[in-house]
Amino acid sequence: MSVLAPAAPATAEDRVSVASNWRLVWWRFRKHRLALVSALVLIALYVVVLCPDFFSTQDPEATEARRAFIPIQHLHLIDGLRPAPWVPDVVGKRNPTTLRMEWRVDESQRIPVRFFAAGYPYRLFGLIPTRIHLLGATGSDGRDRLHLLGTDRLGRDQWSRLVHGTRTSMTIGLTAVTFSIVLGVLLGGISGYFGGPADAVIQRLIELLQSLPTIPIWLALTAALPRDWSPQQVFFAITVILSLVGWTTLGREVRGRFLALREEDFVLAAELAGASQRRIIVRHMVPTFLSHIIATSTLAIPAMIINETSLSFLGLGIRPPAISWGVLLQEAQNLQTVALAPWLLIPGAVVIVSVLAFNLVGDGLRDAADPYSQ
Amino acid sequence: MTRYVLKRLVLLPALLFLFSVAVFAIVQAPPGDFLTTYVATLASSGSSISAEQVEALRREYGLDRPIWVQYLKWMENLAKGNLGLSLEYQRPNAELIGERLVLTMVLALLSFVFTWIVAIPAGIYSAMHPRSLVDYLLTIVNYVGVATPNFMLALVLMWGAFAYFGVSVTGLFSPDFVEAPWSLARVLDLLTHVWLPAVVLGVAGTARLTRVMRANLLDELNKPYVTTARAKGLSEWRLVVRYPARLALNPLVSTIGWYLPALFSGSLIVATVMNLPNIGPLLLRALINQDMYLAGSILLIYCFLTIVGTLVSDILLAWLDPRIRLEAG
Repeated sequence: MSVLAPAAPATAEDRVSVASNWRLVWWRFRKHRLALVSALVLIALYVVVLCPDFFSTQDPEATEARRAFIPIQHLHLIDGLRPAPWVPDVVGKRNPTTLRMEWRVDESQRIPVRFFAAGYPYRLFGLIPTRIHLLGATGSDGRDRLHLLGTDRLGRDQWSRLVHGTRTSMTIGLTAVTFSIVLGVLLGGISGYFGGPADAVIQRLIELLQSLPTIPIWLALTAALPRDWSPQQVFFAITVILSLVGWTTLGREVRGRFLALREEDFVLAAELAGASQRRIIVRHMVPTFLSHIIATSTLAIPAMIINETSLSFLGLGIRPPAISWGVLLQEAQNLQTVALAPWLLIPGAVVIVSVLAFNLVGDGLRDAADPYSQ
Repeated sequence: MTRYVLKRLVLLPALLFLFSVAVFAIVQAPPGDFLTTYVATLASSGSSISAEQVEALRREYGLDRPIWVQYLKWMENLAKGNLGLSLEYQRPNAELIGERLVLTMVLALLSFVFTWIVAIPAGIYSAMHPRSLVDYLLTIVNYVGVATPNFMLALVLMWGAFAYFGVSVTGLFSPDFVEAPWSLARVLDLLTHVWLPAVVLGVAGTARLTRVMRANLLDELNKPYVTTARAKGLSEWRLVVRYPARLALNPLVSTIGWYLPALFSGSLIVATVMNLPNIGPLLLRALINQDMYLAGSILLIYCFLTIVGTLVSDILLAWLDPRIRLEAG
């Protein structure tokens, strides 16, 4: 596949001139190492999104007050010289003055970690009932006891909760951006292709929405969601609220592209050949700027994720019992708690990594989206 | 130019009117009203209030009237410069908002100053030494800065200060000064506390600004006039600061009006996390308790600032770049 090898410049040039647009985009994107690595990170995260229960080690909702604030059990891959994964055991002792259970890691006790171990029952992809989980371990008391990222104040396993939060937060970013794309392309397209009064109305609407102070308005809108809504309804409402403003940037961009393309020769040619308006838009115009839209949308996802996380953190976005990164970080709101259990900040690191990955992939795509430049 | 500014100024009241309707609709949207929340809060704390009393209060606050009457009443008061009464605090909204608004603005301004003082030199240095070690380091810092939600940064800083130095960095005043009247000592106390939230608030903006400055300057540095100046023997630093840096700044200057209100909105989240006596926590509480006139007034202030900010940046842009003026004319 080393098509652009300098050894054969003539053939390389030939290939570039006949390659499809998408192939060129891929060639250029591939050269962007960091973007490629970030793309792999995102793929891994979305694999987790597909079947969070498989990657969980405990039921994310299972609470047990006695097992609160268990520290991180670091996963070791090698036991001596054998490749056998294990984690240290945890031992709890009641503090005589505060009467609180205090847990610490006991490195001398090794618990073997098994792959594809049986755990709590769930449905794979929501369909196939199973008990198989990626990792599992049985503690000295004969119970499942594997807290890769410790537990929170209610004794819930943070790793499993993080995996489930990943599903919500990553999906919300994607859905909100999808909404924005649909709205942006539809309204921006109408505005740019037809012009006239439709254009004027849509442009004023965009200006109106863009001069709204987003964060306060989001807060007000999410505060207005009825308290008795189901998590699914809240999820849907939040995505709509987030994309309410998100589509405007995209709408402007699409309009600009349509305005420029409307004058192009190939559009005139298609018109003269008798193509219908729908065909001209869908077959001829949209493909030419699709890669741009994809790049812009990739760069819009991280903003959506940060916004969702912030709203949920303030208690106005996704609400418990639903789990998202913001909901998880709510546990870290109290300074005393964080000082006691710093691992509660880990979801924040995951937010940063995923946002970073989206930004890098977006930058790579944006550079690659114009394969004919340079 | 004057015509353009006038045209935009005429539109301002119309926009504000539209926003006031939208804002009122949003704060009215939750089911029930302030009194339902109030009764629920009382019930959860064990006390209660009779149904007649609730009805009397509802009549007193005008909550039994149709929504449009309530809206007109609000507008009538606003026109008189009266922001109304907070239902929860039983104090005039203007009084509640006043000092907090000043503190919010101080925070946003400081954060803005921090952003520019750090980002512009960093961007210039990066562009002058592309692909150097410092450039790479700055790029990494910038990417991480953009990717970190500012409440997360606040949390980590608060945790670090608390766990390792035993100090609490929340709030804007030392305990002695929280309720004290304004004095020089209080201002100095404010200055020792306000810088941390200002930095937290400004980090993402600084990162973005550095990247834009670097890119803009890199574009300029390839132009022939730079080569000419260099051939004349100007020292590199003077050359860059004198010509291309000024050109590269142009597009940034026009975003000031847009950036300040954004900081203003952004401070809402930082203020809540760091427990600052800011307008943010007040709005949050008002929204949750359905203290609608207070929430509505704060939202409208935000809208007003955003519109003015957009207007200022449009005017700046038109003033800096005559091409835009012609189009708008």
